[in-house]
Amino acid sequence: MWLYFLKRILLGILIVVVAVSLLYSMIHMVPGDPVKTILGPRASPELQAQIREKMGLNDPLPVQIVKFIGRVATGDLGEDVFKRKSVNTIVFEQLPHTIYLVLAGIGWAMLVGIPLGCLSAIYRNSMIDRFAGILSVSCIAIPTFVVALYSVLLFAVTLKWLPAIGAGDGGFGSYISHLILPAFAVGLGWVGYLARLVRASMLEVMSENHVRTARAFGLPEKTIVFKYVLRLAILPTITLIGMGIGILLSSAVFTEIVFARPGIGRLIYDAVTSRNYPVVMGSVLVTTILFVVSTTIADLINALVDPRVRTEG
Amino acid sequence: MDANNVLEIRGLNVEFASERGRLRALRDVDLTIPRGSIVGVVGESGCGKSTMINSIIGLLAHNATVSSGSISFQGEDLLQKSERELRDIRGQHISMIFQDPMTTLNPVLSIGTQMIDIQYRDQIPKAQKKARSIEMLSRVGIPDPESRLDNYPHQFSGGMRQRIAIAMALQAEPELLIADEPTTALDATLEVQIIHRLKDLQHSMGCSILFISHHLGVIAELCDFVIVMYGGEVVERGTVRDIFHRPSHPYTFKLLECDPARIAETTRSLPTIPGEIPNLAKLPPGCIFADRCERSIGLCREKIPPSTEFAEHHWARCHLAGEVSST
Ligand SMILES: Nc1ncnc2c1ncn2[C@@H]1O[C@H](COP(=O)(O)OP(=O)(O)OP(=O)(O)O)[C@@H](O)[C@H]1O
Ligand SMILES: [Mg+2]
Repeated sequence: MWLYFLKRILLGILIVVVAVSLLYSMIHMVPGDPVKTILGPRASPELQAQIREKMGLNDPLPVQIVKFIGRVATGDLGEDVFKRKSVNTIVFEQLPHTIYLVLAGIGWAMLVGIPLGCLSAIYRNSMIDRFAGILSVSCIAIPTFVVALYSVLLFAVTLKWLPAIGAGDGGFGSYISHLILPAFAVGLGWVGYLARLVRASMLEVMSENHVRTARAFGLPEKTIVFKYVLRLAILPTITLIGMGIGILLSSAVFTEIVFARPGIGRLIYDAVTSRNYPVVMGSVLVTTILFVVSTTIADLINALVDPRVRTEG
Repeated sequence: MDANNVLEIRGLNVEFASERGRLRALRDVDLTIPRGSIVGVVGESGCGKSTMINSIIGLLAHNATVSSGSISFQGEDLLQKSERELRDIRGQHISMIFQDPMTTLNPVLSIGTQMIDIQYRDQIPKAQKKARSIEMLSRVGIPDPESRLDNYPHQFSGGMRQRIAIAMALQAEPELLIADEPTTALDATLEVQIIHRLKDLQHSMGCSILFISHHLGVIAELCDFVIVMYGGEVVERGTVRDIFHRPSHPYTFKLLECDPARIAETTRSLPTIPGEIPNLAKLPPGCIFADRCERSIGLCREKIPPSTEFAEHHWARCHLAGEVSST
């Protein structure tokens, strides 16, 4: 099992390195000179050359990439040239807000979506199943920003139950109440995805031979569903959740903008529109790493649940 | 019902609803399992063997209906029982061994967990259940059973897994064991080992076995009685001697004829007989086998033959029963 874990973690590191290299090359292929962007169009050629030298932009691309990765490996994401602040500070100020948002969003989606999928599978083709099916597909079909806008209109503007914007005044209760609507918006689509996936994989497992064996031994339906079926059916769901968390970390941007929340998505958006390359690089890099981390954790959990993966070596 | 019989099926009819229409998968099936005996079932693929045993344990597919008949187990009709009552019988009084040992155990639960789970009815400490499982595993010939209890199915070979399946099935000391082609997926030497093990255990535990197989040699070796199925009907039934030495139905006759070494040699599957297997959605008006039968006469295509006991304990569904001789 340890061998599997080690392999999986090494693979994760490799993915991060490849992703960072691609990202770095891509940003440098974007038209427009980063130095001019930083210094403004009227800077003297000498100054431009000096900054270019300082940023290492005269080296061949592979050298730049290796240097960049080396720097990142020591935990240094560079400096925001506009604000003269370390990118680390900027990113890690924003990151927790996004992480809480994503975990709360996926968390409630799991609490609702997984039981909904189980119910659909247990009572397949019944009214419950049809209703859950329509509900899930609707959840998937509505774009997140629409959910966000309408939930603001309904719960914040009309009903005035919950605050609409910001992340609160710093108190815990205030933070939570500001988290509810964005988390609702972020998670709604995932309720649908999870319910559909759980239903499909439960039905698939239920038709497998070993479930017939369990039935032939007269095991109670409850044991069969929750121990014999769910344990297998949950494996693809864990993988999906791992990916979902990773995807949401960078795609929570709409929600963060609608709710005027601080967060990494918003940071990337602002940095891209102001061509603040070091911040773009730093924040995209961190979300990439977190994506790899969350999918790797999902794989490791899968290995804990599924002995076949574990002993594969 | 005769108290000496564990199981009696009478006039069982089962239908499937399918796109091709009503599929009459079992028609007027009769079967008797005397207490302590082993009854073999042979027949080509699709003749209704699995459908018959699924009717016994009440695990037919959702699109199936039992249109008539009775299945008496220890004097009670299983077809009249509720799902709850059936669940109490499954695994406790009737257990099953299935064909493919690679897929019949849960892949993410250890053997021990699965063997202990199926003892959920017994109000005894877990340690005692565990001890019983260990004892059962050693009886089916799993070396070092105590430590293997923590292993998962994929850590065992096919033959080992089928032994585990047997151990699980016999653990509750059922009155009836149903084995649906338990050795078909195994190679010949393993098959022989498993068969001998099964026979030994049957002796010491005194249960009855309904044994389904494609393999005539195994049936001859293991069974006391044989039923031959064709196209959803029991075309012939009798003692193993009668079926192998005095076959009466032309289909049985053909099966044995195609297998010149008769029982001794290792045919891995049933011999093939020229002609097509019948379409269960569009049955002929007469005998189901008439199209492939060399001896059919006019009557055969007009009237369905009844099951007649033409010699003591020897039935056949053939208008010519008793006239067809094996010599
Ligand atoms: N759920 C179902 N719906 C429709 N038809 C079915 C269903 N299950 C079985 N059948 C049909 O009923 C007939 C009997 O099938 P059954 O599985 O009992 O055969 P079998 O003798 O066990 O065959 P095998 O040796 O291949 O296991 C076949 O024609 C099969 O196609
Ligand atoms: Mg079958």
